[in-house]
Amino acid sequence: MSASATDVEAERPTEQAESTWRTLRRGLALSPELKTGLAGTVVLALVYMVGRVAVPVAVQRGIDNGLTVEGGPDMGVVATVVAITAAVLAITTTCGYLMMRRLFTVSETALAGVRTRAFRHVHDLSMLHQQSERRGSLVSRVTSDVDQITQFLQWGGVILIVNLGQLVITTAVMLAYSWQLTLVVLGAFAPAVLVIRLLQRRLAAAYGLVRQRMGTLLGTIGESVVGAPVIRAYGIAGRTARRLDAAIEGQRQAQQRAIRISILGSSVGELAAGLALAGVVVLGVILGVDGSLSIGQLTAFLFLVTLFIQPVQIATEVLNEAQNAIAGWRRVLDVLDVAPDVADPGEQGRELPPGPLDIRFAGVTFAYPGGPPVLHDVSLEIPAKSRVAVVGETGSGKTTFAKLLTRLMDPTAGEVLLSGVPLREVRFESLRSRVVMVPQDGFLFDATVGENVRFARPELTDEQLTIAFGELGLADWLDGLPAGLDTPVGERGEALSVGERQLVALARAYVADPDLLVLDEATSAVDPATEVRLQRTLDAVTRGRTTLAIAHRLSTAQAADEVIVVDRGRIVQRGPHDELVKDPDSVYGLLYASWLEQTR
Amino acid sequence: MASGTSRDVLGRGLRVLGRAIREQPRIFAVAVTGSVLFGLLVIASAYVVGGVVGEVVVPAIARGSVPAGALALAAAALFGISVLRVVGIFGRRLGAGYMQYRLQAAYRRRVTRRYLDLPLSWHHRNATGTLLSNANSDVEAAWYPIAPLPFAVGTVVMLVGAVVSLFLTDWALALVGLAVFPALFALNVVYSRRMAPRQARAQRLRAEVSGIAHESFDGALVVKTMGREAQETVRFAARAGELRDALISVGRLRGVFDPMLETLPSLGTLAVLVVGALRLRQGAISVTELVSVAFLFTVLAFPVRAIGWVLAELPRSVAGWDRVARVLDATGEMPYGERTLDPAEPTPATLAFHDVHFGYEPAEAHLPGTEVLGAVSFTVPAGKTVALVGPTGAGKSTIASLAVRLVDPRSGTVTLDGVDVRDLTAASLASTVALVAQVPFVFDDTVRANITLDRPGIGDEEVWAALRLAEADGFVAALPDGLDTMVGERGTSLSGGQRQRLTLARALAGRPRLLVLDDATSAVDPRVEAAILAGLRAPTGDTGAAASILVVAYRRATIALADEVIYVEQGRVIARGTHPDLLATVPGYADLVTAYEQAEHDREQTRTYDEVTPLTSGLEVEVDR
Repeated sequence: MSASATDVEAERPTEQAESTWRTLRRGLALSPELKTGLAGTVVLALVYMVGRVAVPVAVQRGIDNGLTVEGGPDMGVVATVVAITAAVLAITTTCGYLMMRRLFTVSETALAGVRTRAFRHVHDLSMLHQQSERRGSLVSRVTSDVDQITQFLQWGGVILIVNLGQLVITTAVMLAYSWQLTLVVLGAFAPAVLVIRLLQRRLAAAYGLVRQRMGTLLGTIGESVVGAPVIRAYGIAGRTARRLDAAIEGQRQAQQRAIRISILGSSVGELAAGLALAGVVVLGVILGVDGSLSIGQLTAFLFLVTLFIQPVQIATEVLNEAQNAIAGWRRVLDVLDVAPDVADPGEQGRELPPGPLDIRFAGVTFAYPGGPPVLHDVSLEIPAKSRVAVVGETGSGKTTFAKLLTRLMDPTAGEVLLSGVPLREVRFESLRSRVVMVPQDGFLFDATVGENVRFARPELTDEQLTIAFGELGLADWLDGLPAGLDTPVGERGEALSVGERQLVALARAYVADPDLLVLDEATSAVDPATEVRLQRTLDAVTRGRTTLAIAHRLSTAQAADEVIVVDRGRIVQRGPHDELVKDPDSVYGLLYASWLEQTR
Repeated sequence: MASGTSRDVLGRGLRVLGRAIREQPRIFAVAVTGSVLFGLLVIASAYVVGGVVGEVVVPAIARGSVPAGALALAAAALFGISVLRVVGIFGRRLGAGYMQYRLQAAYRRRVTRRYLDLPLSWHHRNATGTLLSNANSDVEAAWYPIAPLPFAVGTVVMLVGAVVSLFLTDWALALVGLAVFPALFALNVVYSRRMAPRQARAQRLRAEVSGIAHESFDGALVVKTMGREAQETVRFAARAGELRDALISVGRLRGVFDPMLETLPSLGTLAVLVVGALRLRQGAISVTELVSVAFLFTVLAFPVRAIGWVLAELPRSVAGWDRVARVLDATGEMPYGERTLDPAEPTPATLAFHDVHFGYEPAEAHLPGTEVLGAVSFTVPAGKTVALVGPTGAGKSTIASLAVRLVDPRSGTVTLDGVDVRDLTAASLASTVALVAQVPFVFDDTVRANITLDRPGIGDEEVWAALRLAEADGFVAALPDGLDTMVGERGTSLSGGQRQRLTLARALAGRPRLLVLDDATSAVDPRVEAAILAGLRAPTGDTGAAASILVVAYRRATIALADEVIYVEQGRVIARGTHPDLLATVPGYADLVTAYEQAEHDREQTRTYDEVTPLTSGLEVEVDR
């Protein structure tokens, strides 16, 4: 919703004027390769446009010097004029080819670079930033927005350049023939240009509405597809159909409105052309009788007027396309301009020391942007090789631990250190290979089970993966799949059950071989027997490494070396399970009582 | 072979266009009339310009006087033609646009209607992205050639008219036209033929680039936590590079053909000058006619392009149409029956499975289809609560889907109060049973609309009652606009637990006679869950109606509330009975539900063992420090 709202705002023409140039400058600064050979391309374009006025000039020369001379047509003159013009056309056509070839090669190469850079940049943005964007809006930064620019350059851009040139050159040739007639033509088109300018604003707003309605339509269709089970279970197909129809109809109305305005634009151009032709004939005859204009010149003028119509007629459409392309470009640049707030220190960064990692939180406070703190001044130390469980009610801040520890977010105040190295100073390459988190939502890529597990370590063989599943005690489960490691998991892993997806996500993290494993309710949808079994095997295979598990089920806490109890953003208890349960009125005591109530 | 295929595409493309014309004949007639009018006026304008030059300008300049009457007439004719052309443009563009948008809307309605009618098993076989683009870009692509179609039809008429008028003027000039116009036409055909596969390739790559971006950003957290940004970028850049090459190849072809298409009519005009000069010398034509013909060549060049546009879009249109037709022709709807189950007093319903088998069809043909359920039989007696227990992947969610008829069994029957669910009307089924799924789905609408779903008889009072029962009244009351708060796309403004309670309230608000909970209370406190289940069991509970309950659960607390437990493993019912019975007699069941206790017990033993050898662990710590 917010994305389409900004789209509409971007169409506002007043702020458009200044920022169009700014966007172009920013865009060119980002892709300097766009300027490679630009001068040559412009020269080629100008030569190409000369071809357009060659014919009217030839007609004028032919008529005045060849056809209407004393004693009948002079074939020699006509042949010479035609031969020269044909040669000119051969040259201009070739220049046209060369111009387009250069333009497309340079622009597509530059934009592919922009596309890839924007893609990488989106991944470099912090998790919070990524999640604050509407689903799909980041995708359109590297797809439809860039597509809009390339499509414009391929169609509208060429038309715009060629037609602008055509307008200039045509005007120049007209002036050479007769300044009075040129004034008539310009006079006829002046009101049209004013009207078109006016219409163009309304057209931009109309297309903005079309895009907004299209967004609503896509959202509604998406809901009807993703929510199909709910629609069926509640028998609300009728209601859904009505919503769909309303969205479809709303989009159609917006499209029709836009085309009506667009047609008005070309009609105004057409009428202006008629007016110009009529004016040229009247004044032309008067000037001709006066002796200051030949028949050929007047005829050429009538040809030139038609050359003048085309650019004016398509101006509304092309300018609108240009504006869309600029807006798309601006959105891409805006994403690239966002500095990642959780940034990789890169080359200057430090490596994590080898061996098991210990954890230290030093006065850590965290608040989501614009929200109250969810962690208050937390300090704690967790020795290397220990297995720690973090427990607490929903909303207590326990997941925040995991996100700070893996540097998905940076603390608002204080510092997180791994083996004495502040996280902010650790190179991502080192951090990500040593510290791996398994999130609750076991997102899988639309590939096979094997390919998903191999995600972080593409070099692993099928045998190694099978061994890994065996080590996790999941060999039976893997054997039960229709095609074992080669079983496709479907989009987002939806061909597997929610619990099975978590098993694959866990295996994926396990083969990544981290020194610190962070589990964020990673087995919440797995059945108790499997969970306990996994717990045990994980304990065995991660012995000698540090693990931190955010736990919803207290079985995890019971198995941990130490339990950290979080309540309303503060650590209220810590110690082994057996000690913590000794106080039944403590936060942990109550949690445990509730857990027993659920499981006994 | 290749040309055979492209001829085939041409034929099929024309058939798709024919379908469009049959569906919108009147508006198409308006558009074509406008276009033909425009075309004829283009020819007329050439002759008027020629006439004005020959009959008004030349004599006036020769005589040296301004003929006011003739001049006014010429000016009026030129301007009049422009006005009429505007009428033609309006008819053509408005007609073509409206026709295109009407077809798009009509087919979007039909496609989405099919989505609603087709069974869930069909939805399972089709990726979400594919279904979205079927209703969006495929429909758009199918009717894309409609926009230039009337223009192209008018142009054909105009070309015929132009050749006829040329013959009426002079046979020699007509021959020039006969050489140039077909050449122009042929050049357009060749252009679009060669462009079509390139465009298709670019289109396909665009979709692939978008697919990678979608998936990669969806899985951004995994990419980030595993530090795979660089590899993902390489994956994306490779496809973006292919797209770049495809677009450059499209551009190069344009670079070859566009200037040629522009130059060809100019060469025609030059030929007219030469041939015209010869004919003028022979006295066969006048200057008027020569100028007219030259002008005709200039103005005809642009409209001929419209034919090329239509031809160029045909392959894309056919591809889009094929994908749309696949949805429209898909069969296997789950027809609803005629029977209803609406007792005067809403009493709990009885659910029974008789020898139910079920399997998902394989996503890809070469893979074996998996049998998910085999010979499943059980009953949920009226007013009773039955718990469905089993390990991950045992088929519990499938049983839940069958119970509310989201899918139909391969064999066997599912009955409600003794009636096969396939014989029930949609309305009766929906009012009898309610499913709360494992993953909550929330519509981009208000809280109220998400609960009522516009079902009759659910007023604000009922909504609040249901919210209270689901323990969702607290957070809803705290929302800025209460029941009128918009929850955002997929309910993003709510937490997972809040979404779950909202969908629970949605189910309760309909006062179902059978409630199916598919692990739907994991985010709800056990005490709340117990209260909900108790409320539904009581014959005169808060909701005023009682219900039978089928609940998929792992929690001992939930299981303890059940009158009977059904234990499933690998799609088969292994055992059924009360919880204590199963605990005593079914080892698999006992392992599952006592897993935590067992683990605790084992740990205590290990701990005892550890305490015997404290030295080792102590040493380890010391060595580390």
